[in-house]
Amino acid sequence: MSGPAIQVERLVFAYPDGRQALFGVDFTVRRGERVALLGPNGAGKTTLVLHLNGILGSVAGGTGSGRIQIGGTGLHRDHLPEIRRKVGLVFQDPDDQLFMPTVRDDVAFGPANLGLRGAELDDRVREALVQVGMQDHADLAPHHLSFGQRRRVAVATVLAMRPEVLVLDEPSSNLDPASRRELADILTGLDVTLLMITHDLPYALQLCERSLLMDDGRIVADGRTRELLGDAELMSAHRLELPYGFDPLSVPGPEGR
Amino acid sequence: MSGDGLLVAVDSKIHRVPAQVKLVALFVFVLAVVSTPAASFWAFALYAVLLVGAVVMAKLPALVVSRRLAVETPFIVFALLLPFVATGPTIDVLGLELSRSGVLGAWNVLAKGTLGVVAAILLSATTGPRELLAGLERLRLPATLIAILSFMVRYLSVVSDDLHRMRIARESRGYVGGRAGHLRAVAGGVGALFVRSFERGERVHLAMRSRGYTGRMPLLGEVGASRAQWLEGLTISLAAVAIAVAARVVGL
Amino acid sequence: MHVPDGFFDAPTSIATGLIAAGAVGFSLQRANREIRETGPALAGLTAAFVFAVQMVNFPVGAGTSGHLLGGALAAALVGPWTAVLVMSTVLLVQGLLFADGGLTALGTNITLMGLITVLAGYFVIRALLTVLPRRTGSVVPAATVGALVSVPVAALAFTGLYAIGGAVDIPLGKLATAMVGWHVLVGIGEAVITAAVLGAVVATRPDLVYAARHLQQDLVLVDADGNTSTVSPDKPIAAKPAGRSLGVGVAVSLVIAGAVSLLASAHPDGLEFVGAELGFDSAAKDSAVAGSPLADYGVSGIGNAQVSGALAGIIGVLVTIAVGLAIAKIASLRKAS
Repeated sequence: MSGPAIQVERLVFAYPDGRQALFGVDFTVRRGERVALLGPNGAGKTTLVLHLNGILGSVAGGTGSGRIQIGGTGLHRDHLPEIRRKVGLVFQDPDDQLFMPTVRDDVAFGPANLGLRGAELDDRVREALVQVGMQDHADLAPHHLSFGQRRRVAVATVLAMRPEVLVLDEPSSNLDPASRRELADILTGLDVTLLMITHDLPYALQLCERSLLMDDGRIVADGRTRELLGDAELMSAHRLELPYGFDPLSVPGPEGR
Repeated sequence: MSGDGLLVAVDSKIHRVPAQVKLVALFVFVLAVVSTPAASFWAFALYAVLLVGAVVMAKLPALVVSRRLAVETPFIVFALLLPFVATGPTIDVLGLELSRSGVLGAWNVLAKGTLGVVAAILLSATTGPRELLAGLERLRLPATLIAILSFMVRYLSVVSDDLHRMRIARESRGYVGGRAGHLRAVAGGVGALFVRSFERGERVHLAMRSRGYTGRMPLLGEVGASRAQWLEGLTISLAAVAIAVAARVVGL
Repeated sequence: MHVPDGFFDAPTSIATGLIAAGAVGFSLQRANREIRETGPALAGLTAAFVFAVQMVNFPVGAGTSGHLLGGALAAALVGPWTAVLVMSTVLLVQGLLFADGGLTALGTNITLMGLITVLAGYFVIRALLTVLPRRTGSVVPAATVGALVSVPVAALAFTGLYAIGGAVDIPLGKLATAMVGWHVLVGIGEAVITAAVLGAVVATRPDLVYAARHLQQDLVLVDADGNTSTVSPDKPIAAKPAGRSLGVGVAVSLVIAGAVSLLASAHPDGLEFVGAELGFDSAAKDSAVAGSPLADYGVSGIGNAQVSGALAGIIGVLVTIAVGLAIAKIASLRKAS
């Protein structure tokens, strides 16, 4: 149990169709940190997070190079099961994440792959569903849930594996304001290291004290979220824009808490 | 197209029969019907009575059943043509010269096909997709096939919605087009739909591996059916088998 | 083309059921590695795609419409063995969840629409790819012809099955002509849609097309220091030479045809049974197969139904092979000129 939560060095990757997405990525996230990953569309953010649990990259037989460590454990084929338990990935489209016939089957999928069975598995599923407030919907099919509910169940499917690092891909996209706030409440209450891709800059400021800015497959800025969002020149150089009337210097952030 | 199939979500005795029992019952029933000589009209009347009884017991609206019978249409057309194209001795009906074997053949296709479709509607209207998958799993269908089936059923509505949205997008841009143009536009949309579906398949696989998938899907874990459930569920089918045997032995 | 229950007699249904089960089992084994690498989700999504696309109708003529079967398309996109599984899954879901296609006819439906369209389509594609220019785009014309051929071949197989286990004696020549003629029209629609779908996929994600995987270009990679290197792309499943796959195909087809004939002739013919039951079997003996293509083979009347069936099956296979080879030949001549 030593070393930073996430350490990425000189990461390079190209997709099988020839598109190169990462051109040498370096960054470190300490334990318990909450970090937002910002950047325009096509910057390589999703590709990067898919490397963190060995889904993409040379460890998965892909085309690329570089080094990744999770909680001090190097990303290696032999450690994949452990890495995948430690790093919980919540995909952008809950329909990608919810593939089983019912909510219960879906939340049980991860822990069952870890070897849990019977009452232990049931407890784990229930605990995860309670964390996101979906315990009353366990027997429904995913396509009978609202989008916000599906997003919450998607988070539960990952929480059921008790991850050390929670990685979310645009968690607030397509949510109505109430669902967006409910999800923020859920995320704030979790005791994990958090890495969150988002275009929702106020959300980044609300939840994450630190931000990474990515463009063209490289990290171009790394610092306090408030300072990054306040740097108008940096923001416009990488196609990032704050919502109308939003002043990052005057609203409260996570630092105060 | 919904991912629930034809499920009519009410509670009935037939809804509660375990899916594996219903699958076997359906198969046995249809097999009995199919192997009954076409000329044993009384046997088909009895099958129909059994089936209508089951439909009533399952609390299925008659409209749902009759609307779904439409899938049979192409073969009804084929059956109705048989009396005119079949060879052999002819009979005179209302001034039309019809082939005797053709008339019997038409009856054969219509009677058996209709009974088969109604029996299949009975299964699909009383069994949810998850139960059906669990039933097939109990019947030892290969795990890979169950997994493919399960993903297909799960994403049926997602893919159909994609298709529907693309059609609306095309039409709301004022698309009309002639026949050939229509085909081209549809085909282009279908190509985009495949790329979308395939990429979703890749993402789902990534999501699965992220949660520790190593090649084996967890069992849906449905419990086995008791002897009493088997007997109860198979009652109608066993009656049908008795009728079929009687029809063979007794002849007409 | 979903055959309902009772359309063919019980022996034919059972025989095609065994063929379908064998084909699915064999495909599971062959596709095992692919499915382990790409996941069952991909096959499931492809099945959902085929299901959705089968709901898109296109006009055939005379006010009627056809719809895509998708066998050749699926074969080109995900490979023949996964395609057989995909098509079987589609038919299983249609039969069990939507009551479309009879349960006892499931084997027949899988054999006709899941096996024959896929194999016929794929062999034509592979054969054409050996003579077309070696680039990914060549898969589009190859699959177009494959789709065009696959539908009438399935219709011919349907006629063959009808000769073996059809409930009513109708002139086979007429039936074959009508079925094949009609399904050539449906095949044109199938070909147009297949071409457009593959065109769109080759344009956006050429790496997704199974049949063209061996034609892919190498990748260029730029590393953190800006150095460039060339890497060969993932080629998880090395495609076999077309000649060998064609040989395997011919062997499999002949075995299938033989199995059908054997099983069919081992059982009393349903038609005979009904005929005897009604006492007009003697009258039916003069049935007019004269003038049908099968007349030359000495097939006449009910007494020889088994022989006629076996012949029809074998003729079907031979016609399929001949068509595939002829197209490959024509294509190679065009390329040479």
